[in-house]
Amino acid sequence: MAELLIRGGTVVDATGVRRADVLVRDGRIAAVADGIDEPTGKKARTLDAGGCLVAPGLVDLHTHLRQPGREEAETVETGSRAAALGGYTEVVAMPNTEPAIDSAGVVREVLELGQGALCRVAVAGAISVGRAGERLAPIGEMAALGVRLFTDDGAGVQDGRLMRRAMEYASALPGIRLAQHCEDAALAAGGHMHEGEWSSRLGIPGVPAEAEEVMVMRDIALCRLTGAPVHFLHLSTAGSVALVRRAKAEGLRVTAEAAPHHLTLTHAECASYDPVFKVNPPLRAQSDVDAVRIACADGTIDAVATDHAPHELEAKEQSFDEAPPGMLGLETALPLALEALGAVGMSAADVLALLSWKPAAIAGFETAPIAEGAVADLCVVDADAAWVVDPSKSASRSRNTPYAGRKVTGRARHTILAGEPVVVDAEAQR
Amino acid sequence: MRHLLSVADLGVDGIEEVMRVTDSFVEVSGRAIPKVPALRGRTIVSLFYEESTRTRLSFETAAKRLSADTMNFSVSTSSVKKGESLRDTVQTIEAMGIDALVVRHGSAGVPWQVASWVDAAVINAGDGWHEHPTQALLDCYTIRQQHPARSLAGLHVAIVGDVKHSRVARSDVLAFALLGARVTLVAPPTLLPPSLEGWPVKVGHDLDNVLPDVDVVYLLRMQNERQTEALLPSLREYTAMYGLTRRRATLLPDDAIVMHPGPMNRGVEIAAEVADLPRSVITRQVANGVAVRMAVLFLMLAANPKEVAALDG
Repeated sequence: MAELLIRGGTVVDATGVRRADVLVRDGRIAAVADGIDEPTGKKARTLDAGGCLVAPGLVDLHTHLRQPGREEAETVETGSRAAALGGYTEVVAMPNTEPAIDSAGVVREVLELGQGALCRVAVAGAISVGRAGERLAPIGEMAALGVRLFTDDGAGVQDGRLMRRAMEYASALPGIRLAQHCEDAALAAGGHMHEGEWSSRLGIPGVPAEAEEVMVMRDIALCRLTGAPVHFLHLSTAGSVALVRRAKAEGLRVTAEAAPHHLTLTHAECASYDPVFKVNPPLRAQSDVDAVRIACADGTIDAVATDHAPHELEAKEQSFDEAPPGMLGLETALPLALEALGAVGMSAADVLALLSWKPAAIAGFETAPIAEGAVADLCVVDADAAWVVDPSKSASRSRNTPYAGRKVTGRARHTILAGEPVVVDAEAQR
Repeated sequence: MRHLLSVADLGVDGIEEVMRVTDSFVEVSGRAIPKVPALRGRTIVSLFYEESTRTRLSFETAAKRLSADTMNFSVSTSSVKKGESLRDTVQTIEAMGIDALVVRHGSAGVPWQVASWVDAAVINAGDGWHEHPTQALLDCYTIRQQHPARSLAGLHVAIVGDVKHSRVARSDVLAFALLGARVTLVAPPTLLPPSLEGWPVKVGHDLDNVLPDVDVVYLLRMQNERQTEALLPSLREYTAMYGLTRRRATLLPDDAIVMHPGPMNRGVEIAAEVADLPRSVITRQVANGVAVRMAVLFLMLAANPKEVAALDG
């Protein structure tokens, strides 16, 4: 009987915060109590959680694992390893692969690649065939395989009529949610960074905040029209979060996520012309960063999602406008969220809600508080651990983190997947 | 001066130094044999990822008059067509043992990236919409030459046209403002940068109102494709509203000069007759361009750039 004791920590989940040890047996939580005796069985193990928070495993709603098709940038194996090191026990793989995840066959392929990975791998299916925005993808067939989120991420669904039909169609399927990468292609055309003071000075064509906001506005209207839930991916502007705040007040079924880089970096970073700072949606103004942080604190934003977007070295050694957008996120999201949201008064427990059980609910994953009988997917967080981001040590196959050399505070000390300690003292165990 | 990437790197003192050294090279250029041995044994490579005739020729002429060895790398005939990355190209060229790279690229920021990859001196010969510092230097030199005070302080310069897409405008605004000139941008709102926060400029949309008050009117090149991008209804309308027509040229003060970075679209941003008026210093800009680039190369590459006096043939 495999037993694991997580001793000395403070348990935190949707029900609250309490001092407790957690005993895990055969992949499930067997006991949560203060002062549990150390297990003595042959396969028993005790992990120290002194000074740490013991939370349900982190859940990333927005991961690009690049497989199939871009294995030189990332694979399910390397991406899930990075996820586990970041404290994640489940990630949702985005469908902008080559081919796109737009059919039951590709869904099966990615799910199979995820078997035995260091975290659970769920997939998001495409809304339209080939993510081309023209015909509906077989949403029902993919849903039958367990897919819960559908998005053409990488691009927004430009055709409002197609989006309306997708929402109407999905509303008959229980637990299905459409997710939108909000970007009006015509308004954004040719842009490579946030349009404003810095793009004007640097001579880099800009993407106005309004390119994002008009699609948020449209999809809120479609949500009102169809009654189907919609999730907004990586919101980055003050205007977007204000729209979502109003929609929620109206009682509409909208949810939203923000990415760590939109909580921590501004368009001023682009002055280096280093394409590592190129991302879509782009890094915005400080006033946007402040507004998105506040939206996290007041419940407008439901989740912090990484938009982990690996790119091989050569891709980021092009000029700023030729380089593809995207940055790594899985291994740095936790400390960055703790830092950025701590600055607006959020407790570590509140930040973990945005990284763990709230996104789990949006993704349709089974979520349970840390209590007897629950699956033992856990993350032991040392919120005070200080470390320096070193791209060469990343488990990702790529190196495109904008935080190289940055000193951060907070780390996933141990990650437990179905009772197995896959990360112990910030080291992957297999 | 290790690299010349932006006018801002130079500052007022740097610009003044280039102006002073340029005076010497204007004199050299006037000699029967306009050549000095200052950069003998130095190798300068032009790395042009974008078509350019005048800037490339100007740099090449400048380098040759300084007795430097020059090499040309042009994208159309190179391994870039075979998919070689920018970084590989640059490092391959550097491995041949060179002293300076003159870089022109259609994307903003490339000279900064190149400078981070090589030890050679890098000169920005135009990056996307961003900067063209040697153009700004030659423009400053030309304005000083035309004004008895030989200074830009207090002068009023109107920059007219497609500022949004113009590296010349960005460098000129920086340089003119550093030297104390007042700058007014005159353009339709679609051809201005989306934000002018932090720019030391005023903005006008009525050229007739601005012209009587300027010392310099600087016309930018208007490209055909701006119509297809819905930035303008038509070039005809642009000319009617923002072109320096014959009628408009009469609104200029007597001693005001007309400038243009070239190549001109006669009949669009500037009437053919206006380009040929004595007040138009457009060919003077081209001539000064060689001397300014000699000064820049000399200051960056000469063993002892203090000894400008010893420029013997």
